[in-house]
Amino acid sequence: MTLLSIKDLHLSIHGTKILHGLSLSVEASQIVGVIGESGSGKSMTAYCATQLLPTGSHTRGEITLDGTNILAASEKTMCALRGNDISMVFQEPTTALNPVQTIGKQVAETILIHEPGTSKADAMERATEALKRVELPNNQFPLSRLPHEMSGGQRQRVVIAMAIALRPKLLIADEPTTALDVTTQAEILLLLTRLVREDGMGLMMISHDLAVVNGMADHIHIMQRGRIVEHGPVKTLFQTMQHSYSKALLAASAHVPDRNPPNTETPLLKVQNVTRDYTLPRQALFAKRGTFRAIADVSFTIHKGESLGLVGESGCGKSTLTRAILGLEQIQRGEILLSGEPVFTDKKSNRAVRRKMQVVFQDPYGSFNPRHRVSRLVSEPLHLLDTTPVDSRDRVVEALTSVGLRPEDADKYPHEFSGGQRQRIAIARALIIKPELIILDEAVSALDVSIRAQILDLLAELSSVHGLTYLFISHDLSVVRSITDRVLVMKAGKIVEQGQTDQVFDTPTHAYTKNLIYAAPQLPANVRTMI
Amino acid sequence: MLRYTLSRLQSLVLSLIAASIVIFLTVEIVPGDPASYMLGLNASEDTIAALRDQLGLNVPSYQRYWNWVSSLLHGDFGTSYTYRTPVSDMIRDRLWISLPLAIYALFLSTLIAFPAGILAATHRGSFTDVLIMGFTQLGVAIPNFWFAMLMVLLFAINLQWFSAGGFPGWENPLLAIKSLTLPAIALALPQASILARIMRSSLLDILSEDYIRTARAKGLTRGQTLYRHALRNALIPVLTIIGLQFSFLMAGAIIIENVFFLPGLGRLVFQAITQRDLIVVESVVMLLVFAVILVNFAVDIAYAIVDPRLRGG
Repeated sequence: MTLLSIKDLHLSIHGTKILHGLSLSVEASQIVGVIGESGSGKSMTAYCATQLLPTGSHTRGEITLDGTNILAASEKTMCALRGNDISMVFQEPTTALNPVQTIGKQVAETILIHEPGTSKADAMERATEALKRVELPNNQFPLSRLPHEMSGGQRQRVVIAMAIALRPKLLIADEPTTALDVTTQAEILLLLTRLVREDGMGLMMISHDLAVVNGMADHIHIMQRGRIVEHGPVKTLFQTMQHSYSKALLAASAHVPDRNPPNTETPLLKVQNVTRDYTLPRQALFAKRGTFRAIADVSFTIHKGESLGLVGESGCGKSTLTRAILGLEQIQRGEILLSGEPVFTDKKSNRAVRRKMQVVFQDPYGSFNPRHRVSRLVSEPLHLLDTTPVDSRDRVVEALTSVGLRPEDADKYPHEFSGGQRQRIAIARALIIKPELIILDEAVSALDVSIRAQILDLLAELSSVHGLTYLFISHDLSVVRSITDRVLVMKAGKIVEQGQTDQVFDTPTHAYTKNLIYAAPQLPANVRTMI
Repeated sequence: MLRYTLSRLQSLVLSLIAASIVIFLTVEIVPGDPASYMLGLNASEDTIAALRDQLGLNVPSYQRYWNWVSSLLHGDFGTSYTYRTPVSDMIRDRLWISLPLAIYALFLSTLIAFPAGILAATHRGSFTDVLIMGFTQLGVAIPNFWFAMLMVLLFAINLQWFSAGGFPGWENPLLAIKSLTLPAIALALPQASILARIMRSSLLDILSEDYIRTARAKGLTRGQTLYRHALRNALIPVLTIIGLQFSFLMAGAIIIENVFFLPGLGRLVFQAITQRDLIVVESVVMLLVFAVILVNFAVDIAYAIVDPRLRGG
């Protein structure tokens, strides 16, 4: 019998249609991948199945879970089902746990809610067991731990422990590894697969990343704008796919922009033996303050016209290095030179050098002042010049045009643009001052694959037209591989490996690099050659 | 938790020392001579000299500071120049009104604000929410002395349920509480309005957190989610406001004390300032500062109880 069956599901929220006649099913012990870009309705499908929809939602169609009609069930019935028969794991492990409650209490709560007669000691005992199943053994991770004392991956394990404590029939994982590093992602995916096999539960795995789901799912559904456009068993889906959207999605996932390798060897940015220490807060009133070394003795050079990748997991010192290169902070040892001039002088960043480099950040929503018009946002770096140019309006238009936006967009506000367009604005802002070096700090990580492919193409084109040099910082190895000439691998504040990108990816020498590359999810080899 | 408490105690003591120095400096060193200031423009040289001697102003200032602080530590607040009675006795009498009044008002204010704030937050955008927010708007806008006078008109003069003012003493506790009721309500009204609004917005913030969704996905009902996960986390900004309000209620009740003719601390300071009784001013201000610092300490400890993340550092 089908475990979860969704038939002809329609959803509208405050009158806006979100889902249009969606059907899918999950069997016991089956992993079903639901792939789609943001706004495709994949998360809303999950909320329909758990009836955790926002107010103003209206559903039509049929959802049955193990024979229970979900759409007709009362809130009381749903409360009894949630956490017991149907559980959820969410994207953001850092915020998914209550910060002021111990992990033991939060896991035990699932048990106490559904089995009210259970004694507290019993519930704690079973919480220990659930945590052990997600590989958080009690001797290392006592129940008294608080969420902030754990890493992102460990917190995600706690969330999974809460979800599987009562061995539910169906687990819905909504982008469970999107916020995690590649190696942690691989571990979590393995854990989820193991739990499915052990408990015989069904798993609905929602993701924007085909490669992530490809490695574990039995069946894949591809969603676009509230509809499932293509579905089939993972073994054959890639060969048999018909719909233009799924083909485009697949092509975008493996997209490699056309680039010309740089032809010069002139050094642009020189980072020599740089060390950055952060002072820690005092432990007692007059105690000496300790230090944390975020980057230790890092040296590398970026040549003119080159695209250099910097990869590493969160906390490895990537962002600290970015800040140091931009001259935003003083370094404790070493020197950073752009075209031979120091980036940081007299306790502040060197303006003459600063105008030669710009940065594009990850979050296209958070990096603009929402009350400023695009023209003002884009012209902001012009303040780095000693005199404001008279043709600043022309420059704004030129910058916007070069990133594929229209001149009239200059008078709009950021909220009128999509995520991809906003990232174009961010690139225009970087371009306006005609810099030599652009630092792209996870600049495409928050974008959907098809938009990401467009932005990567744009970056490649701009680099050849304007002779730009990129420092491309990312945790996404496939993106780094597609857009960089050379790559640095950073771990715990040190550069452990560097070399030509293809060489590092094909024959990594350092054990850490090998781990990273091995852990990165990939599309099947035949698909990659197919495109 | 112990380390946290100790570090808070440390900062409590340091703040007290800093505050005592500032008060001492403002009152005794700037501007001019306290003795001639207290006696006014027409005082003769001799009277000023006598008072200077009596006040112990003829010794070096560090020694005067030390004398003042050490007698404070022994509970000796000096003798009021105008009333010729020990300041400690005066403060004790006033404190027996101001402190219960502040606690009473704070109790009423939380009693109104918590349910109102929670109700408004959980029924966001509904009629209830609009109604509660409307009332709190009024509560903040209406001057509390005017509201106090309206209450006196209605409850004391027309209905004669309460006396219009004065304080009968604590010999009959029920009567004492009754006479503090109208002033406490008048004080509590604006405080409750502010607190309810803070409670509402803080709770709304928390209710949109991811872990609230997690709790719902675990199978908790809306009510369970609210009481187990949302309320405690929403309390932090509320506690901050409660701390500030209590400090204000201790000294800021002066207008209400005047309306209801209550001999509280606020009126004492006011009188002392108009009569240039600097010894009283100095002592009462020190006492109020002590109360504020103590309340902040209590709030800090309450933070750590609510949020275990603070206990470590």
